[in-house]
Amino acid sequence: MRTMLRLAGVQKSFGTHHVLRGIDLDVDAGEMVCLIGASGSGKSTLLRAINLLDPIDDGEIVFDGVDIAEPGLDPQPIRQRIGLVFQSFNLFPHMSAEANVMLAPGRVKGLRKAQLKAPVTELFQRFGLGDRMGHYPDQLSGGQQQRVAIIRALAMQPEILLFDEITSALDPELVAEVLDVLRRLREEGMTMILATHEMGFARELADKVCFLDGGRIIEAGPPAQIFDNPQEQRTRQFLSQLL
Amino acid sequence: MTDTSDTTARPGRRAVFEAALRRRSMRIAATSTAAVLLAIVLLVPLAPGWEAVKKSFFNGPVFSKTFPGLLDAFLLDIAIFAWSLPLIAILSLVVAICRDIQRPALYPLKLFATLYTDIFRGLPVILVIYLIGFGVPGLGLPRPWNSPYIWGSLALILVYSAYVAEVIRSGIESIHRSQRSAALSLGLSSGDTMRFVVLPQALRNVVPANMNLVIALQKDVALLSFVGPVEIFRQAGVYKSLYANFTPYVGAALIFLIITIPATRYADYLMHKRRRIEQ
Repeated sequence: MRTMLRLAGVQKSFGTHHVLRGIDLDVDAGEMVCLIGASGSGKSTLLRAINLLDPIDDGEIVFDGVDIAEPGLDPQPIRQRIGLVFQSFNLFPHMSAEANVMLAPGRVKGLRKAQLKAPVTELFQRFGLGDRMGHYPDQLSGGQQQRVAIIRALAMQPEILLFDEITSALDPELVAEVLDVLRRLREEGMTMILATHEMGFARELADKVCFLDGGRIIEAGPPAQIFDNPQEQRTRQFLSQLL
Repeated sequence: MTDTSDTTARPGRRAVFEAALRRRSMRIAATSTAAVLLAIVLLVPLAPGWEAVKKSFFNGPVFSKTFPGLLDAFLLDIAIFAWSLPLIAILSLVVAICRDIQRPALYPLKLFATLYTDIFRGLPVILVIYLIGFGVPGLGLPRPWNSPYIWGSLALILVYSAYVAEVIRSGIESIHRSQRSAALSLGLSSGDTMRFVVLPQALRNVVPANMNLVIALQKDVALLSFVGPVEIFRQAGVYKSLYANFTPYVGAALIFLIITIPATRYADYLMHKRRRIEQ
């Protein structure tokens, strides 16, 4: 397997708050990696760091052979290849679902509306939202909004997708429709990193599960090992709290 | 099924109670308003100077002789207002965007925009009109560049752009950071993020606040009379001298109110609507 993303010694502080204290992680192409851990353990910051929204203080983020954490590097072309989906959807409320999806491909790749219409429509239909393209975000349910957000990220044809607790803001009955989308992407071989509290889902689909605590990866391995036979005391503690 | 249709047809206990409350407060409001109006109508004419005031401020014949001329002069107010407004819109937008600049190379723009808003919000409008309206033509510029219309309008544009720019900037800052994050994460440039994601939302949020400034501008056009243009306020002054009577000022006030009251109501309505949406 080709290593698509390699993190080495990633450090990040906000003021005096040391959020990431040396993260090492390899993600192969087509792999699905789940980050688990309590709130504040650094999962979200790590994903925002990979997307270059929060530049890291030290360490390397090697994406497709290039260290994208190099200070002074233009983040824009890299972000186009790395999608990020947020917990709170962050759809643009003044645009229809379709316009939300078309904005970035139109502006960044210079594609015209007519060229985008067919592939975008196909994306909406693939995820069961073919009849919702003209709706505005406030006319959609939380689950539908999050699916539009995923479609918006997919429309840029990213090589890797990052998901930041994308079901945490949803009502329980809407979680399944969003997880189904992830399942579909998994089958299609998309490379993904998820920060998640959905342990059942992580166990079912992840190739690798990483347990984060205090800005470090305490333990990483296949889901069977992490969930059924955790080696570290802190991992056992965290998992026992969930039950 | 028949049960539910019954309850929707007949008002419930709460609805009956609230309707009674509403009727009661309407009655109280109507009674107190009538009492105040009656007191004014009965008491004001009892004042010792009432007859004199009535003659010099509410003089029917003077009013009907001067009102058409005032309306004519008001067209000039509208014209000054109309050509100032689009220029204010453009200048304030540029200043607001400059104040939001984060790139160090463009820092001088940010500094200049900040100075600009500080200075023009810190000066009385009339002072700026005097300084620019008399000062610049004093340079001895050839016609038409010595016109008080141009420089008086410019003074209004500079002052109001500073206020509108601050309102727009507060609108930009009210857009949550996560909207920028979402746009940037898609690979949009910071310029496109501002243009397509932040500004459209920010401008929509500040429409009611800017409506109030537009109403204020409409009134402040009258201040240009001090540097020359014979607009409604100055015209009223001319009539005052001509008839030795203050009624033309009352006529001018009426003309302003005919425009500003509906505009103010509309701004309040917009503000109210926005608050409802946000809840």
